Amino acid sequence: MTNSIDDLEKAGCILVIGSNTTEGHPIIGLRIKQAVMQNECKLIVAEPRHIRLCYYADQWLQQRPGSDVALLNGMMNVILAEGLADEEFIRERTEGFEEFKKVVEEYAPERASEICGVEADEIRRAARTFAGAERAAIVYAMGITQHTTGVDNVLSLANLAMLTGNLGMEGTGVNPLRGQNNVQGACDMGGLPNVFTGYQAVADAKTRDKFETAWGVDYLSGNPGLTLMEMMDGAHAGDIKVLYIMGENPVISDPDVEHLKEALERVDFLVVQDIFLTETARYADVVLPAVSFAEKEGTFTNTDRRVQRVRKAVEPPGEARDDLWIIAQVSSRLGYDMGDTPAPRIMEEIASLTPSYGGISYARLEEEGELRWPCPSADHPGTPILHVGKITRGKGLFSPVEYRPPAELPDEEYPLVMTTGRLLAHYHTGTMTRRVKALDELVPRNQVWVNPGDAEKLGVGNGQEVALQSRRGSIRLEAKVTDKVGEGVVFVPFHFGESPANALTNPALDPVAKIPEFKVAAVRILTGESMAGINYSTSVT
Amino acid sequence: MEQVHLNIDGKDILTTSDRTILEAARENGIRIPSLCNEQRMEPYGACRICLVEVEGARGLLPACYTTVTDGMVVHTATEELIRIRRTILELILSDHPKDCMTCESTGSCELQDLAYEYGVKDARFRGEEHHYEVLADNPLIERDYDKCILCGRCIRICREVQGVGVYDFVNRGFDSVPGIPYDKPMMESPCEFCGQCVSTCPTGAITSIPSKGKGRSWQVEKVRTTCAYCGCGCQLDLHVREGEIVEVSSPLMVGPGQGNLCVKGRYGYSFVQHEDRLTTPLVRKGGDLVPAAWEEALGMVANHIREAMDDEGPDSVAFLSSARCTNEENYLLMKLARAVVGTNNVDHCARL
Repeated sequence: MTNSIDDLEKAGCILVIGSNTTEGHPIIGLRIKQAVMQNECKLIVAEPRHIRLCYYADQWLQQRPGSDVALLNGMMNVILAEGLADEEFIRERTEGFEEFKKVVEEYAPERASEICGVEADEIRRAARTFAGAERAAIVYAMGITQHTTGVDNVLSLANLAMLTGNLGMEGTGVNPLRGQNNVQGACDMGGLPNVFTGYQAVADAKTRDKFETAWGVDYLSGNPGLTLMEMMDGAHAGDIKVLYIMGENPVISDPDVEHLKEALERVDFLVVQDIFLTETARYADVVLPAVSFAEKEGTFTNTDRRVQRVRKAVEPPGEARDDLWIIAQVSSRLGYDMGDTPAPRIMEEIASLTPSYGGISYARLEEEGELRWPCPSADHPGTPILHVGKITRGKGLFSPVEYRPPAELPDEEYPLVMTTGRLLAHYHTGTMTRRVKALDELVPRNQVWVNPGDAEKLGVGNGQEVALQSRRGSIRLEAKVTDKVGEGVVFVPFHFGESPANALTNPALDPVAKIPEFKVAAVRILTGESMAGINYSTSVT
Repeated sequence: MEQVHLNIDGKDILTTSDRTILEAARENGIRIPSLCNEQRMEPYGACRICLVEVEGARGLLPACYTTVTDGMVVHTATEELIRIRRTILELILSDHPKDCMTCESTGSCELQDLAYEYGVKDARFRGEEHHYEVLADNPLIERDYDKCILCGRCIRICREVQGVGVYDFVNRGFDSVPGIPYDKPMMESPCEFCGQCVSTCPTGAITSIPSKGKGRSWQVEKVRTTCAYCGCGCQLDLHVREGEIVEVSSPLMVGPGQGNLCVKGRYGYSFVQHEDRLTTPLVRKGGDLVPAAWEEALGMVANHIREAMDDEGPDSVAFLSSARCTNEENYLLMKLARAVVGTNNVDHCARL
């Protein structure tokens, strides 16, 4: 997030797009609701499904899945045409405006409406509300990023923020909600193929020198490595011989599960380090028992860049061991001694090599509770808001973005659009929440949400067992007939191994970010006898 | 907002004009009892236990509801106030079960603490008593209206903070309770099972079912940590008794959540001690994963990595680090990939 969770309440308008905030990020959802209820903040929700936030919204824009660029360009077209842009901000703090303007001028609300399905007047009204607010914040999540146009979608949101001067102040900003407790931290720590910690590029020779000196080696590679999806393809093709997975369950979380399972079967040697024998661990050659968050010391970095402590509360079961110990043990057997690895000492090493974490230490976290990066030195208070006074890269860059359709559109064979997401009671691949008895009792099974119009055409009743099928796979699950999804759209949560939504999802990637298009896949519903004789994906063994 | 000077119990206090007497007192270490007040909500002024004497004012004033003014002189513990507070407590206790021995809230009950502090052993008043049925119509939240003191905190937190409004007062007068529309079970209401009502209930009227009988507040050690679910980063206090997590709460006005939690943060902890946890390394032998010693498992991992590095080069090895693990763990796995194996093949599920 460019801004802090705490300053959402200062916004006069919040645009929530591609985020079911009250279920995916309930406490940020709560802060948004409070902004609406207590501060008269106007809420615009742009989302193909009717989500709980719609009850608090000034306006609900029900765009077609995968049409966000058209909707946003339409809004920006209105802002330009009606003179609502922040010209001073554009002049002084941005570049690339003219090229951007040329593209946006092509997206009159009527044209945008044809693509995204939101009425032209609703687009106008949303544009006026957003641009008319003194401070307006954008909040988004995977509904924006998990598309083959994920980067385009994010660039469009950045355009909207710059066009209206909504950066660098409280109550503004472009605010992605990171889906997992420490996805921000995992990125910050260089758990990415092209960067070391703090986004220092592996391609940069000076950076490599710094890390080589610190680590006492002389062979760091300047070639970016493979992304997750490329690794799986590599394993499938036989190029990857050893795959070492720490704390991930791709068999449930990744798209096109059948292809992935083949990759895991083919790889010569698979190591899984986890707390449960997950669906992925079942494919492993060696499983290393690790510890849960309650059994170790460490830090997580949350979605607003807040580094906070994790503390040991209970002992791990049996012979399960701290992940730091496990990694150091593997390292020493490969001839590299990592030395003692208590978490506070590791943080010292991170701080010494990472400018944005330079001032972060356990001593300070003990004292201050939280520190937001960039925090470059021991006397730096941390940075709740980015881009204050000046955009970090110098000038904010407007990007001309044309609408591109999703990779797979519905057709006669697969006439429905499936979109996936989370439920409040469960979390990601369900490894944890589905083992909490009470949570599993709240939502014990998977359901596909079907619009009543579609249900009638298909002869599907509420609670009926149906099959859902895409070009990649098939699952069996219960139908939930509800007008919370529009006609032609179905929604499936991805927490459930017995009917994994990701058996159906499309592995087509965004060309830049390599993120798969989880949010749009063409599917069909089968009922009755047509459900027989199909090989259904399920992880239940 | 202006600066305000006032005097509470002989102590000169400098504060700002947006503060209530209760807030100004607390910020200066002067404790005024309260029952219906909680920091996360607007003042309500229902229980009257926080009445104070303000010189020159007509009658006694509720400290939670009265904002400070310049030159105010406040007395919080006069004989009259103590007598009134005792009477209020006696009235509440006249229709309150005396089952503190087994009540889930003993030790963390605000009513019990005040009865103890004010030495109210028994109610002077004898009258009608309620005997409601205990409601446990869902896996998480139990309601025992016999213990309700009508402070309205559950109603207000659900409406003001959570924005849901599952509860409201139903019935009138003596029969008022914070009910759910049409007396439906909670599973059929819009309840999100965040347990915010449990977290604010001052007595044992609304309690968490999974924590029942698992430990008194003085028997648990609270360990401050960060929630392991989504990216909000809410601060948790894990309540640990004899090596077991028995409850989770969140410290008030701290961190991104400011003391509020969702259903996963508050109730999603028992996986930690689930019987399915891996307790020993496993290695594949003859097609099956079988228990092995650490030495054997680690040796196999290192040997296979070494072999792949030697035969096919470092880029034939790939690592997935984890958005679920700590910064330190992610750093170290990244270092293992880059510094030890010599590959940049390290990624995680940021895109998933």
